[in-house]
Amino acid sequence: MTGPIQPSALGAQRYWNPYVAGVGLGLTLLLSFVALGVGLGASGSTARVAASAAHVLAPAAVEANGYLGPWFASGSPLANYLVFMSIGTLLGGLASALFARRVDVGVERGGRVSARTRIAFAIGGGLLVGFASRMAAGCTSGQALTGSALLLGGSWAFLVAVFAGGFLVAPLVRKEWLP
Amino acid sequence: MNLYDSGTLESPLGWTVALIVGLAFGFWLERAGFGSSRKLAGIFYLRDFAVVQVMFTAVATAALGLVALDVAGLFDASRVYRMETLLAPQIVGGLLFGAGFVAGGWCPGTALVGAASGKLDALAFLGATLIGSLVYAAAWPQLAPLQDIGACGVVTLPDLLHLSPGIVAALIVAVALVAFTAINRFAPRR
Repeated sequence: MTGPIQPSALGAQRYWNPYVAGVGLGLTLLLSFVALGVGLGASGSTARVAASAAHVLAPAAVEANGYLGPWFASGSPLANYLVFMSIGTLLGGLASALFARRVDVGVERGGRVSARTRIAFAIGGGLLVGFASRMAAGCTSGQALTGSALLLGGSWAFLVAVFAGGFLVAPLVRKEWLP
Repeated sequence: MNLYDSGTLESPLGWTVALIVGLAFGFWLERAGFGSSRKLAGIFYLRDFAVVQVMFTAVATAALGLVALDVAGLFDASRVYRMETLLAPQIVGGLLFGAGFVAGGWCPGTALVGAASGKLDALAFLGATLIGSLVYAAAWPQLAPLQDIGACGVVTLPDLLHLSPGIVAALIVAVALVAFTAINRFAPRR
């Protein structure tokens, strides 16, 4: 055991103190509440991108769908603040990674799994998370972070369930993350 | 008056502000080390505590800040959009989400930052979340009735505990400080 995990890229700066980053993230959330009147979000934009892509392939089926259809009632589902927020998240992350020399192209994995296995688990996990985010009406950003700060009962239930699910499944995928 | 409250969230102004908020969001996630799936998954093996440290510091900061602004009369916290509690979907969804989080190594927001950092596993994860959300939509006719199980409108911890928002925010800070003290004592050092 050797302390917090640091970037592996050659010449990369160390990550910032987690409490400093936490205050920065909390003030960003507060800014979102005050300026936008809504909190942070991430999964909503990915679902909207998926809906748009599916709409190109099968417009009638998507518009007839009970869940996705309403997103097309007033034009494109991409004309939504969550989509712009995620573009910002991508660019903000890129800027920060560039400044700290932490851009590192490759498959991040433990030392005992192949890149192919790691990608397979990333896809499996992504399928679950994409599905679960719609079911819970939000993800770690929109529910766990935003809803918890708003002291919402359902968001706290989601937060506890996320950690419970993670710790329950962790032993099964342990090999993926071993050094 | 915030943009949501004034009905102008979906406007060029709302989108511009959302983009700026997103820039700060991505910056802080990356600074925290959340552009790394190994670091994120590390919490589930008690190998790295940044997820808990960053998340609870952020929740405590925002919760306390919102109460403070409200008490000082600078911002009406009741005008912020609040999500309804859907107890069964949020608990079942949370369990599935947690399983996907540790297996995939990312959540949607951190995967955006991971992809920006060049992580190909983040790209694969993001692509799969698109499919996962479409699977949910495809199953909507069957799932819709289940979404209402445990639906109880907007429910807040202050309502449930019969305490003021300020006291609840202070309790969250207190619990976070106890957890941080324990982590600082027992977590592996550099």
